[in-house]
Amino acid sequence: MLPFVGALFAPLLTRVMKHNAGWVLAAVPLLVFVHFAGMLGIVGSGATVSAGFDWAPSLGLRFSWYLDGLSLTFALLISGIGILIVIYSGGYLKGHPHQGRFFSFILLFMGAMLGLVVSDSFLMLFVYWELTSITSFLLIGFDHGREASRRAALQALLVTGLGGLSLLGGLLVISQATGVNELSSLLAAGDALRNSPLYLVALILVLGGAFTKSAQFPFHFWLPNAMEAPTPVSAYLHSATMVKAGVYLVMRLNPAMGDTAAWETILPMFGGVTLAVGTLLAVRQTDLKLMLAYTTVASLGLLVMLTGFGSDKAIEAAALYLIAHSMFKGALFMVAGLIDHETGTRDITGLRGLRKAMPVTFVAAMLAALSMGGLPLFFGFLAKEEIYAALGAPEGWQAALLVVAICGNALMFAIGFAVALRPFVGAAAKAPKAAHEGPMSLWLGPVVLGASGLAAALVSPIIHRFFSSPTASAVAGSPVDVTISTIPHLGVPLLLSGLTVALGVAAYLGLDRLRGAMVGVLKTIGWGPDQGFDQALRGLLRLATGLTRVIHNGRLDIYMTVTFIAVAAALLLPMMLFDELPSIPSIPEFRFYEWGVLAIAVIGVAAVVHARSRLTAIVSLGIQGFAVALLYMLFGAPDLSFTQFMVETLSVVILALVMTRLRLAPTDHRPFGQKLVDMAIAGACGAGFALLLLKVTQLPFDDRLSQFFNTYSKTIAHGRNVVNVIIVDFRGLDTLGEIAVVMVTGLAILALVRIRSKKVEVRATVAEEA
Amino acid sequence: MEAVFAILVGLFFAASIYLMLSRHIIRILLGVVLFGNAVNLLIFTNGRIMREVPPIIAEGLDVPAGAVANPLPQALILTAIVISFSFFAFLLVLAYRAYQEIGTDDTDGMRVAEPADDGLPPMGY
Amino acid sequence: MQTLIFRTATPFLTCLMLMFSVFVLLRGHNEPGGGFTGGLIAASAFAIHGIAFGVPAVRRALYFHPMAIAGFGLFASAVAGLPSLLFGMPFLTGLWSAPSLFGMSVDLSTVMVFDIGVYLVVVGSFTSIALALEDREHD
Repeated sequence: MLPFVGALFAPLLTRVMKHNAGWVLAAVPLLVFVHFAGMLGIVGSGATVSAGFDWAPSLGLRFSWYLDGLSLTFALLISGIGILIVIYSGGYLKGHPHQGRFFSFILLFMGAMLGLVVSDSFLMLFVYWELTSITSFLLIGFDHGREASRRAALQALLVTGLGGLSLLGGLLVISQATGVNELSSLLAAGDALRNSPLYLVALILVLGGAFTKSAQFPFHFWLPNAMEAPTPVSAYLHSATMVKAGVYLVMRLNPAMGDTAAWETILPMFGGVTLAVGTLLAVRQTDLKLMLAYTTVASLGLLVMLTGFGSDKAIEAAALYLIAHSMFKGALFMVAGLIDHETGTRDITGLRGLRKAMPVTFVAAMLAALSMGGLPLFFGFLAKEEIYAALGAPEGWQAALLVVAICGNALMFAIGFAVALRPFVGAAAKAPKAAHEGPMSLWLGPVVLGASGLAAALVSPIIHRFFSSPTASAVAGSPVDVTISTIPHLGVPLLLSGLTVALGVAAYLGLDRLRGAMVGVLKTIGWGPDQGFDQALRGLLRLATGLTRVIHNGRLDIYMTVTFIAVAAALLLPMMLFDELPSIPSIPEFRFYEWGVLAIAVIGVAAVVHARSRLTAIVSLGIQGFAVALLYMLFGAPDLSFTQFMVETLSVVILALVMTRLRLAPTDHRPFGQKLVDMAIAGACGAGFALLLLKVTQLPFDDRLSQFFNTYSKTIAHGRNVVNVIIVDFRGLDTLGEIAVVMVTGLAILALVRIRSKKVEVRATVAEEA
Repeated sequence: MEAVFAILVGLFFAASIYLMLSRHIIRILLGVVLFGNAVNLLIFTNGRIMREVPPIIAEGLDVPAGAVANPLPQALILTAIVISFSFFAFLLVLAYRAYQEIGTDDTDGMRVAEPADDGLPPMGY
Repeated sequence: MQTLIFRTATPFLTCLMLMFSVFVLLRGHNEPGGGFTGGLIAASAFAIHGIAFGVPAVRRALYFHPMAIAGFGLFASAVAGLPSLLFGMPFLTGLWSAPSLFGMSVDLSTVMVFDIGVYLVVVGSFTSIALALEDREHD
């Protein structure tokens, strides 16, 4: 919860302290880090921590936390890298007018991400999942003045948001299939899920969420575009943490959903393709950040592939690679941002010889690249060894995965060094800004992360004990002990590593040629999911516009027609369907003058409909009104009668006042066919109302309310006119509201009449539009 | 007795809806007035009809002597009449002003708020 | 509307209608009538006066702007609901008292104030509508 509180105060603090606020705000992730680090001992011994409270017990919903090796490793990565990122952003965005907002977003994201990895209930998992998407949207669109930024942000939101919906569907299906609402209990109910007929549906939906989040091919396109975000964001969200949420999900569900043919086919396949596509596309780029972004895509592919592989070794490899990747990729991104910040460009072709100007950065970059390349003494090396140990003995089509892994790793090696080595060596090239070393807040992050890649490998037994083994155990669902150490030992894995390095060096030297080739290939393909996204979005807009135009066409008569057809249907259909038509009434006894008044009313109405001139219309309107007033008089409602008389009089007066100046004959211009249709609709509505009323009046009448008013009107309210007593006393509040309405209409009419002066302007604009 | 009123109400509704389906604003207005009357009569009839005995308690009594007309629908209708009149006045002035500004009484011609073709929305981001 | 008979009769008519409207208003609690009806009658009276003598004459005679009258009426109605709060009863509960005035018992109540408020709102609003529409003939 702490990061959310931090986010609240971040803008304020930044206003007071300017860019130095980063140092203070870093305390937030530091506290979290210490908190979680305190649990290392418990979780390292294989135990889990969980807690929670009921939210909606009737629905079986709980807020609950669950902490095992996997969650803890993630939580420590998130908060640990978070510390460095917050400090880094303080320097990177120094002087930016919205720096406070930025800190706020970053801390919000951190909270969401932490929530995601520790949540136990499906509900919380989904909420935090979407929250990371939203904060990611805010961060990518941070520089909202540029269109590219807005597009990237929207794209990321749509892709990951749709994935989130898919995940929600998947979780619901799982809950339906097993009756379980919490991850911890799901892990125990794995067999029930695997044997359920809904397994495949759930799998596809959940993977839809995981793959979009983790930018697996063909959803990879949003991640490179997300590089529009400020570099701290790219380093944090789009390499070290958020995009790993998908991997986290897959790993988390491995004990429950894994170990099936579908799982072990889909995951390695998508992962492998993503790895291949990611590295190949990375080669094509010249922008430091984009190169790194595509290698991130590739790494995520590798992780998914390993998780889906199924063997314990592969899972160990995934756990190691996960940790290693967070460190070296975060560091490299920060280096890229640092170079950008200090030289003003990120284009690799224009960067040379920064070694002298930025020595500290160079060291950090090299540390990270060595780990990424998987050279001995670095944590990346352990991961790579383990990968090859897992893939080293392929059977059948798994050989293809091995080839992909080797080529992918080799290309990643090349790109890692292209980013970390190339800009620093050679003769100094002319950069847009005079390069010099950045401030401490900027180089601290990469140095610490790069160095930790080295340190972690040196003390690997400790790391294995507290991180790798618990993580791998949690993923595998059974205790796994990671033992690999940094001392090279002969065997197939080492051989494959050597091959990778050799290939990587070759690729590094021939990078420019490779890039040329890739550009050519991509040009011939010409189309990618990125353009597809644009097309889909445009299509959606067109569809929406078209649909709006059909439904919302601006023609009042059509709206009315549709409305009244619905009214007629609503009135008539239920009565017919449920056979509730009223019985035929007998002709009642009426006095002759009552018949007369009824006849006048009917004649008045008919005359209104048929009126050809203004005067006839007004007069006949008056006639029907007065007839109605007479009816009220005859049937025991003198109050209504008076009011109706007065209203009709006033209506006729103002109608005459307006109509004499409107100079419009109320004749009907509709074509005959249209008239028939309208008549049919009107007739149906009329019949419906009449039948409804007949039916209602044939049912017994409940007059308790009327009796109440009759009884208490005099005794409580001291009034003998019951109607008036109801209006002013029993229902006084309603009347108060009603007179308020009357008053407001009066004001509105006055306003309408008064705005004459604008008439000319309005006419002019209308004329222009026409 | 209610049956006759039911038919009358049906007639009122049919006539008012027929008028409202027109494209001419004057006819729509007339339809609205009729509609108000139709609804009032509907409520009136729903409360059952009783001849010539207004719901008034005679002097010196505490409750009405014998059966009286149902006061509840009357109270509802009384306010409804006044409100529908004020709305009618508003609509009338609105229609009049619209005619002055736009120069047509055809609802299809009144396209300031919903133009016939306002093109596609912006396709950028 | 400049006929002699109409112009001669109108002042009396207006006068009578106004008096009648007050009568209808006050008797409304016990006999047919009340604020709505009375208000409509008064509004018609002003409308007729306006047709006969022109809108400026009515505005002069009214002294207040009709909408101000309506506003005051709404205010009076709302305020009429307050006293009951002092006695711990719900808003708008009627309170009655019957003080003796010149030997006659006069029923006074918050309900009456409320009804007068209704009357004023109706008079004000509808008069202002009618006058606004009549006014148009001269511009």
